[in-house]
Amino acid sequence: MNTHIQTVDVLVIGGGTAGPMAAVKAKEANPELRVLLLEKANVKRSGAISMGMDGLNNAVVPGFATPEQYVKEITTANDGIVNQKTVMAYARNSYDMIEELDRWGVKFEKDETGDFAMRKVHHMGTYVLPMPEGHDIKKVLYRRLKRARVEITNRLVATRLLTEKGGSIAGAMAFDCRTADFHVIRARTVVLATGAAGRLGLPASGYLFGTYENPTNAGDGYSMAYHAGAELSGIECFQINPLIKDYNGPACAYVTGPFGGYTTNNKGERFIECDYWSGQMMMEFYRELQGGDGPVFLKLDHLAEETISTIETILHTNERPSRGRFHEGRGTNYREQMVEMHISEIGLCSGHSASGVWVNEHAETTVPGLYAAGDLACVPHNYMLGAFVYGKLAGESAARYCAEHPLPEFDEAQVERERERVWAPLSREDGLPPSQVEYKLRRMVNDYLQPPKVTRKMEIGLQRFEAIRADLDRLSASNPHELMRAMEVHAIRDCAEMAARASLYRTESRWGLYHYRVDHPGRNDADWFVHVQLQKQNGAMTCFKRPIEPYIVKLDEQEKTAYQRLRINKEEKELCQQL
Amino acid sequence: MPTTLNIATVPVSVDEDKCIAHKGCTVCVDVCPLDVLAIDFVKGKAYMKFDECWYCMPCEKDCPTGAIHVDIPYLLR
Repeated sequence: MNTHIQTVDVLVIGGGTAGPMAAVKAKEANPELRVLLLEKANVKRSGAISMGMDGLNNAVVPGFATPEQYVKEITTANDGIVNQKTVMAYARNSYDMIEELDRWGVKFEKDETGDFAMRKVHHMGTYVLPMPEGHDIKKVLYRRLKRARVEITNRLVATRLLTEKGGSIAGAMAFDCRTADFHVIRARTVVLATGAAGRLGLPASGYLFGTYENPTNAGDGYSMAYHAGAELSGIECFQINPLIKDYNGPACAYVTGPFGGYTTNNKGERFIECDYWSGQMMMEFYRELQGGDGPVFLKLDHLAEETISTIETILHTNERPSRGRFHEGRGTNYREQMVEMHISEIGLCSGHSASGVWVNEHAETTVPGLYAAGDLACVPHNYMLGAFVYGKLAGESAARYCAEHPLPEFDEAQVERERERVWAPLSREDGLPPSQVEYKLRRMVNDYLQPPKVTRKMEIGLQRFEAIRADLDRLSASNPHELMRAMEVHAIRDCAEMAARASLYRTESRWGLYHYRVDHPGRNDADWFVHVQLQKQNGAMTCFKRPIEPYIVKLDEQEKTAYQRLRINKEEKELCQQL
Repeated sequence: MPTTLNIATVPVSVDEDKCIAHKGCTVCVDVCPLDVLAIDFVKGKAYMKFDECWYCMPCEKDCPTGAIHVDIPYLLR
């Protein structure tokens, strides 16, 4: 096993959605820069959109919504805990990004006049832009990377960031999951775009890789940012999604809603007004599952044949194309049966909720020279288009940083320590297999952290995660592939501890089911209208409050509580029918 | 520590008559996000080496000869 050292100007870690955009934009900003895109899998098919995407969930398109309206919608959907400047930076850049992707060859749905065919799914505004032919998006990105002459390395697993003495960024360290060679990449600046922590909870199926997120996204970036001293934010605002039971992929009410599909209980009745994913919506979903009216279903069987075939084509060829095979195996035909849904295991993902590495409106983290974008960066409800926009902002910011900063020195001792940590499982012959440790760790995450959150349970969870920390030193790997799994267990354990500590710190309930604390059931704006930040301070995982920046878009009283009123009021409905 | 070898059915199957790994093709191995496929160099065919599948299907879609089939993992079926 060898050690390789190389030097670049901009190192982008993660080649899924935000990463390629960051790399291209850094290179476009200054073609002289050496930009390296480092990917754990293969850039051609990596990340959350490996097979494509069927729509933009949060497109701010002129004529349908203004950036100000969007900022209001997300502020409300995220129960007020947002840095509006970051959401506004997304909203203002959203339309330019759609037009740029359109020029690059990404196919969006358009009407007969060539305008984008927008759909309403959110509670207040209209933000969904379908991509019925969104299966080529990775190919389009790959072409742009080649054209911009971005260097690419595949199958390198980044494990720690390099920092210089003053704490600013100096590069990263990684290993090759085919050869176990150790790589030191010195860089003037680093963009982290490693996606969600998608392998945190254990799916109810018990299959470690049957997750909602691409399971390659194991939370590596959360762990790397934490150990580099960056602030993380909103970790207690978990990602929990309403999914197809067992298959664990999205049922896609966003796709089917505009066609007339909707979510029902076992009586075939609607119970939520709006299918847009939020903690409040998940709470209603959870109540329905628990309350005797479950299971919950996606209902399409009332639709016309042509509509159902169109839905099938979209859902079975884009984001999760194996879905058709799953339904076939179960004998589920949308024409005759409803699709059984369930609630997912927990994860961390700002693309869907708000848990991530703290960034400002320029994608800067709190570590000088370190930028973050995509599912990993804390900009609530950012989804795929937000990953592209923040990828762009991160790439441009990184290029600017390079103009002002020389290549930092790096610490030999830091490299030595990390190489020892990474290679250790390979020389341990009599150790624990990574798959067993991962199974136990993630099962404990379910047992102790899955909402409703109970103080005593989370405290026990912390003790268990501490015990598993000791097991990390007993992990063994018989080959480089298994070594990748072993190092992922380290990251998953960090994420589990973060999830527990941030959740215990916020002693109120907020974001519906995402942070429903049984011992503190009410929302308490007097004490908790703040961000909860998490950071490594003197070696210890520490939580603290960060005040919310004054809003740049004011909300009126009715808007503030719009997402609290998602449940359909039966009496009111019956009264309306009688009238 | 004593260990055991558990048997598991895997979701990805390879039609060896169609697979052209012996001619140097590694497309399915290259595109897998989880790096669970490998080439058996004795047979010159691709196979699923690790049961860690997201049933995402790049291997099947990108295979030039249609040799790969992705099933839903048994535990989820």
